[in-house]
Amino acid sequence: MRHTISVLVENKFGVLARIAGLFSARGYNIASLAVSETMDPAISYMTIVVEVKDEKILEQIKKQLNKLIDVVTITDFTKKEHIDRELVLVKVDYSSKDKARLENILSKHVAKLIQHKSDVAIIEAVGEQAQIKQLLDDLNKFGIKELVRTGRIAITK
Amino acid sequence: MKMTGSQILIESLKREGVEFIFGYPGGQVLPIFDKIYDAHFLKFILTRHEQGAAHAADGYARATGKVGVCMATSGPGATNLTTGIANAYMDSIPIVAITGQVKTFLIGNDAFQEADVTGITRPITKHNFLVKDINDLARIIREAFYIASTGRPGPVLIDIPSDIQMQEGEFIWPDKVELRSYKPTYFGHPGQIKKAAKLISQAKKPLLYIGGGVITSGAHLVLRELAEKIQAPVTWTLMGIGGFPANHKLSLGMLGMHGTGYANHAIMNADVIIAVGARFDDRVTGRIDAFAPGAKVIHIDIDPASISKNIRVDIPIVGDAKNILGELLEQIKKAPDITEWHKEVDGLKKKYPLKYKDDGKIKPQYVVEQIYEATKGDAVITTEVGQNQMWAAQWYRYDHPRTFISSGGLGTMGFGFPAAMGAKVGRPEKQVIDIAGDGSIQMNIQELGTCVANKINVKVVILNNGYLGMVRQWQELFYKKRYSQVNITSPDFVKLADSYGALGIKVTKKEDVRPAIEKALSIDNTVFVDVQVEPEENVYPMVPAGEAINKLIEGLA
Repeated sequence: MRHTISVLVENKFGVLARIAGLFSARGYNIASLAVSETMDPAISYMTIVVEVKDEKILEQIKKQLNKLIDVVTITDFTKKEHIDRELVLVKVDYSSKDKARLENILSKHVAKLIQHKSDVAIIEAVGEQAQIKQLLDDLNKFGIKELVRTGRIAITK
Repeated sequence: MKMTGSQILIESLKREGVEFIFGYPGGQVLPIFDKIYDAHFLKFILTRHEQGAAHAADGYARATGKVGVCMATSGPGATNLTTGIANAYMDSIPIVAITGQVKTFLIGNDAFQEADVTGITRPITKHNFLVKDINDLARIIREAFYIASTGRPGPVLIDIPSDIQMQEGEFIWPDKVELRSYKPTYFGHPGQIKKAAKLISQAKKPLLYIGGGVITSGAHLVLRELAEKIQAPVTWTLMGIGGFPANHKLSLGMLGMHGTGYANHAIMNADVIIAVGARFDDRVTGRIDAFAPGAKVIHIDIDPASISKNIRVDIPIVGDAKNILGELLEQIKKAPDITEWHKEVDGLKKKYPLKYKDDGKIKPQYVVEQIYEATKGDAVITTEVGQNQMWAAQWYRYDHPRTFISSGGLGTMGFGFPAAMGAKVGRPEKQVIDIAGDGSIQMNIQELGTCVANKINVKVVILNNGYLGMVRQWQELFYKKRYSQVNITSPDFVKLADSYGALGIKVTKKEDVRPAIEKALSIDNTVFVDVQVEPEENVYPMVPAGEAINKLIEGLA
């Protein structure tokens, strides 16, 4: 099962390596990772999505993270009401005759066309993981040329 | 006051009360060694290999409870420390390792003797630092000692580029350490302690299972009071040896893979297990789903991550063992009625005694017993790893904390000799004896030079069986006696010791064992006692890997 946790860390060099190293050394899987600065330049914010078999492993991950000297606090979103989002940019095959079809698909999703040229269109979407997945399933029929997506970020309600 | 980085380092070490550094110089620590030259409060012990320095710092820390310090140059100097650092990490031993690094502007350039030492040591240190600004140096040193010695202790490494060592900066010693993200819990939750007290009062078959945390926190006296109050038998891990007197009537000895039969059976039959500063390691629990099925578990540990890691715990209490046991002692008003349990445990002791066949040959167990008798149990014993370690754990009776020093978690061959050296430096009034095997002793034998040069008079008793004994034992029992690469030759230890200026004694007859040990103890020098023991003696009892811990192989008909 996937769980989202956020970790506030000291904004120092090597901290990302400490976090990533802890996961690899103990055999935990990171599904996605998003890192950014916060309003306080001394602190960074990491949102980590982990794939674990059971709650016990999730507990271990949180405890082990807490042991790192540079970790300030950990929030586990599993049992908290929260909003989460991912951002995806997709390049699809496009020709003007497809325009209506593409717009029809986009209208059903949380997506917008941000640029189109003679043969490609770039689409941006922000949403929950399930929404992004549906969009990609639909766009797949169109022919996805390239795709980039961020890790999940989350905030409590 | 303006100082160079090296001066700041030395002044900071002085303020931390450091008296000894084990280490080795090199190109990227020259400015530091130039200041060590004048640092008269310090005794620098030049080892013959950086690994020896790390283990010596570790042995010093274990014998004294103080932070051990080791030092090496960049690149190979630092990488040679890593086994010792990993060893200290696994056993939660406070050491501070100081390494030189190439100049800041050369970092990442594949400079001569450059290695990414903070990268390499990240998973084997409690924390590490690369000093990039001279103004951070004093604070970092202060934090390093604080982090190493508080909470669940562990090694901390400080990597100092050589240009930082030479730069000038203002020396400002912080009054205290402020780390917003590091606040160990020392006092147990009162509600949890109350629950534990209630459970203990109702227990029919309580058992104390203690680990290294008892020794780290200095909880041995209050533990003893608690055990006596509730009359619970006490068993310990390898790291917990000395946490409770082996000669006490409630003692069950060590448990686990080579624990006593009665300890292993007792913990399997207990109804309440009080785990103190122990972590339910796989060598202790054996097959995890079969471990102590009927027991409720109270787990006292300073590291929350140790709790419910391997087994499910009913009452976790996070905090310092000494504090929590003190609270628990006050809370328990009514001692449980456990007469039946004592009868059962006495029965187990009779049924599964610790034993070996003492015949005319020199049995390694006999040698360890003779060391015990000759020292009247008053020595500090270190061990190497393997059969020697298990025999030293089983056949010497430790009544005091910090008298048994052994590589528990990492199982590092070559640990015992340099660790003995560190222990002797820290406890010069004690006899310090390394119980060694002929394989392990050859892994850091170069430290003979350090011992003789610095008059660190340790005694090494080599249980010489011509084999890598523990591996041979496993090959005998589980690989049809196909002895693959376990025959090991040794030098003439007597001549070797002599060439270093130490003394060597070779023992080939049983009746010479005791006199040789007595002689070694009486001589004011480092002594190697090479005892030619029965070559294919095995360590028993033994729980095969992956079996329940009451499924013991006894080995004797």
